[in-house]
Amino acid sequence: MFNWLQSIGHSTFDRFSRVGRGSLFLWQCLLSLTYVFTKPILLIRQLYSVGVQTLLIILVAGLFVGMVLALQAYIVLVDFGAEESISLMVSLSILRELGPVFTGLLFAGRAGSALTAEIGLMKSTEQLSGMEMMAVNPMKYIIAPRFLAGVISVPLLTAIFMAVAVLGGYFVAIEMLGQYEGVFWSQLQIKVDFYEDLMNGMIKSLVFGFVVVWIAVFEGYDCVPTSEGLGQATTRTVVHGSLAVLGLDFLLTALMFNV
Amino acid sequence: MRGLSFSRGNRVIFDNIDMDIRQGQVTAIMGPSGTGKTTLLKLIGGQLKPYAGTVHVAGENVHQLSPTALYDLRRRTMGMLFQSGALLTDLSVFDNVAFPLREHTRLPESAIRHLVLLKLEVVGLRGARDLMPAELSGGMSRRVALARAIALDPEMILYDEPFTGQDPISKGVLVKLIHDMNHALGMTSVVVSHDVDEAASISDYIYVISGGKVVEHGTPMNIKHSGSDWVKQFMGGLADGPVPFHYSSQPMIDDLMASSNEGRK
Repeated sequence: MFNWLQSIGHSTFDRFSRVGRGSLFLWQCLLSLTYVFTKPILLIRQLYSVGVQTLLIILVAGLFVGMVLALQAYIVLVDFGAEESISLMVSLSILRELGPVFTGLLFAGRAGSALTAEIGLMKSTEQLSGMEMMAVNPMKYIIAPRFLAGVISVPLLTAIFMAVAVLGGYFVAIEMLGQYEGVFWSQLQIKVDFYEDLMNGMIKSLVFGFVVVWIAVFEGYDCVPTSEGLGQATTRTVVHGSLAVLGLDFLLTALMFNV
Repeated sequence: MRGLSFSRGNRVIFDNIDMDIRQGQVTAIMGPSGTGKTTLLKLIGGQLKPYAGTVHVAGENVHQLSPTALYDLRRRTMGMLFQSGALLTDLSVFDNVAFPLREHTRLPESAIRHLVLLKLEVVGLRGARDLMPAELSGGMSRRVALARAIALDPEMILYDEPFTGQDPISKGVLVKLIHDMNHALGMTSVVVSHDVDEAASISDYIYVISGGKVVEHGTPMNIKHSGSDWVKQFMGGLADGPVPFHYSSQPMIDDLMASSNEGRK
């Protein structure tokens, strides 16, 4: 009984101390961001590694999600004679929810895990210690550029996901189901609001990007420098990052639409 | 170092030790595996904090400095050769050695190129400048790391096992290199090593540590003629003596009988 209580206390203390370390880490990271502007090449390299290399998975996923949504929308709407509203259903679902959420989840799985593994491996091979002894702060040189690149990349990837998904819906509605092109675009133009739909989605993506990249770089920096510790950290990035995206999506939706 | 104490969990690594690293000399730190020699270098470099005691480098208390002042002290006075080399794996050999120069100086690229080639020539790897760290052997990695450690000509260099994994020729060159750099440039060197003969041949002073304490210290001659059985066994690499080869455990016969009793059950 005593051991059981002790283990609960220990694990609770451990969790709180991780939250504390994570918050301090974020503060140091934010303070280090100014360094990135003095060496923009570090940011450009990471934008390529974190953003451009995630582009393919975003394009493919966006296309299929848009196509599936259009098909499902048609199946439901045709019974009510409202199949002309396919574009509306696809675009609102994508802009408000699926675009930011899918991009956040895919980013956590592709780029987030890669960031954690890269930083964790640098820690286990003493590259971070080596930098410290060369008087180069790894928080500035390694962490800050990756963090900023992630925060910039996620909204851009989300915008691309949204565009491709709407095009996927367009393909299904026009080419497969034979709808009128003018109806598709005019519905979208009339009913989709720039601020309420598109901008809210982009704000969500910014928040998701911030949180997922924070988790990814912190897990790498804080990991136990062994192969097992690195594996656990990478798994935690994907699990915690994905859950954070889903949980925050609910909160942000409730806030944005005053539910 | 004065009254330095450090522990990991319940395990005491250093218990109130005092050491003096003399300026311009080579000081060797020796001891059996697991005694915390690398930990000691990290304490000197300010990467770890002791729970008691002080470390002064160039007149400054390393563990009282702000992060900015600590980085400044490292830039001005320290270089470290890591046991693993700790090369940046996404940079070539050339770029690894150029890294501290590009970060801390405003030298033009042509001057950096000259300096890097000179440093690589010193460790015999000028011809390997375009290789990536993954293409180097362990010994070569450490030599590149040494070239990087001396890139900024620091006042003090901390060497963590510099001779491990080196062939006899490279080992001989490194021994001479550490000795010559120290005496020609007036550097201060701290060498952590298991290679008793090599380390003793170039050091001006030796500390032997074990069990969290300094068990002996003195010039190589003093250490060689130490009356301590412990030091005699360690320096001579003898199997019998007060230093146990086996990690502490119950007698072998008890272990064997315990497993056969379990088998009967």
